[in-house]
Amino acid sequence: MEWFKKNREGVAGGEKKEIPKGLWTKCESCGEIIFVRELEKNRWVCPKCNYHFRIRFSDYLELLTDPDTWKEYDRNITSADPLRFKDSKRYPDRIREARKKTSLTDAVVCGTGKIGGRAVSVAVMDFSFIGGSMGSVVGEKIARAIERALERKIPLIIVSCSGGARMQEGILSLMQMAKTSALLAQLQKKNLPFISVLTNPTTAGVMASYASLGDVIIAEPKALLGFAGPRVIAQTIGQELPPGFQSSEFFLEHGFVDMICERKELRRTINLLLEYFSGNGSPRA
Amino acid sequence: MNGYLDFEKPIVELEKKIADIRDFATGESVELSREIAALEKKLERLQKEIYSKLTRWQRVQLARHPKRPTASDYIKAWMTDFVELHGDRGFADDHAVITGLGKLDNLKLLVVAQEKGKDTKEKLHHNFGMMHPEGYRKALRTMQLAARFGLPILVLIDTPGAFPGVGAEERGQAEAIARNLREMAVLPVPIVVVILGEGASGGALGVGIGDRILMLENAWYSVISPEGCAAILWRDSEKKEEAAEALKLASFDLLEMGIIDKILPEPLGGAHRDPKKTFETAKTEVLAAFGELSVLPPEERLLHRIEKYRSMGRYTVDPELEELPSPVAGPEANQ
Ligand SMILES: [Zn+2]
Repeated sequence: MEWFKKNREGVAGGEKKEIPKGLWTKCESCGEIIFVRELEKNRWVCPKCNYHFRIRFSDYLELLTDPDTWKEYDRNITSADPLRFKDSKRYPDRIREARKKTSLTDAVVCGTGKIGGRAVSVAVMDFSFIGGSMGSVVGEKIARAIERALERKIPLIIVSCSGGARMQEGILSLMQMAKTSALLAQLQKKNLPFISVLTNPTTAGVMASYASLGDVIIAEPKALLGFAGPRVIAQTIGQELPPGFQSSEFFLEHGFVDMICERKELRRTINLLLEYFSGNGSPRA
Repeated sequence: MNGYLDFEKPIVELEKKIADIRDFATGESVELSREIAALEKKLERLQKEIYSKLTRWQRVQLARHPKRPTASDYIKAWMTDFVELHGDRGFADDHAVITGLGKLDNLKLLVVAQEKGKDTKEKLHHNFGMMHPEGYRKALRTMQLAARFGLPILVLIDTPGAFPGVGAEERGQAEAIARNLREMAVLPVPIVVVILGEGASGGALGVGIGDRILMLENAWYSVISPEGCAAILWRDSEKKEEAAEALKLASFDLLEMGIIDKILPEPLGGAHRDPKKTFETAKTEVLAAFGELSVLPPEERLLHRIEKYRSMGRYTVDPELEELPSPVAGPEANQ
């Protein structure tokens, strides 16, 4: 949950065409000065060091789904402030600000679309909305995305990007882990494929629920993945963490993701997996 | 800590005074016994006054009281013919969780119990009740074993959190917890969960899925510890009292929100003031819960369990949001 802190102010809110073209930007990883237009063409991946800039949910939809097949659902679900939570800000104010900043109604966007002509239920999280944190709204929308997959007997794809459960909804946020995982048990029983895509960062409550439960788990390169926050772990063990700790590469080495997939290969890979999971034409058990 | 909490000081002082007078009183003295009786009445009033309006943070302190009974005390007090089962069959035996078969009166069941330990040596042995991935896997292994033989499952929760360490991450702490959430949702036997003390976040939930969730009066259960929440949202872990209030982590909050099914009353001043009574009250409720669950057909019980978790959460539906201009693409990083 501590990735909250890093949640940048002022993320993309304007029209795509308004992004100033011809500007140069500095790679967050290697420091290389890159032409923004070139970066954009490269799906926001640094041409020099392959660093994957964090992108918006809409970029993933464009990247993954066939053109003109996307239909969004459940956009009208919004937070109810069940705890009447207030820290430095009132929670409803926080929600309102996040909504204004991102044009999102919460940290996940769900719907249906097609990938390579196959219908899929898709959920994409967006870090720009309160650190991609999961409260009741995210949990409910993920639950409905799972149910859509169940009802229509179609595969499920979730692209995760989250610092974990949303503190401002307390125990109700924690229970979203149980809620989504319980529904995934139904999906598993029906042998409907679930592909989980982990992007930077996917941690804590989201990592310890649906993000870890994919039949196939794909990570983007160099994403921060894990259960506990690196700062908490460093405090516990009283020393600095080894380089590369809790990265996608670390997860691959220890056997907790199936593969690391570069952004430009993501669509092809998912398409191929869905093709395999559709079987050899004999009826499924 | 001298075995009492800061807010208990007036009570402890008065108790000491009464004890001192008793020590002096050699032989019978009407005057002394009258004085003692008066002081005892005063003590009772004082206890009621202090303990009846505990803040949420004070309850957290009671839940962490060094003398509070731990899971192994309940097992000892409740169970006969206990057979402990060890290990996850993959990596190690996690001592932060005790798993074993036992009898609660005539009911044969599996216990999964988070154990903190009491003295320093025990605490280290049990890793303060902080489980590693192999602990969650040990719990799942034994629960699936119990399910195969139709044995119901009793889960006792008391943890400051899943262990945040290098090895825990290397061995997939997140995966271990996530898998338990999914698999416990469909275990075909009755599951009763009792939150005894601390229910910290995913560390507690990772063994905490059940048909009935009971909670001791002064236990807490939350998405994050008050200190953790204070450190992040208030940027000051000393704001733990505010955080505890804001998180609404007390038993009565969770009952109101429909997260737990029942509060198990504790003796005045907390479970440690009268462990025997605590064990008895809790046992009656646990047996009652298993009794209710046993009459349901398994399919119906499972349906209820899924529906229980499916319905958790509070949100509103606002049709006006459909009109909100659709968000557009663009890198978050470049603004
Ligand atoms: Zn670079």
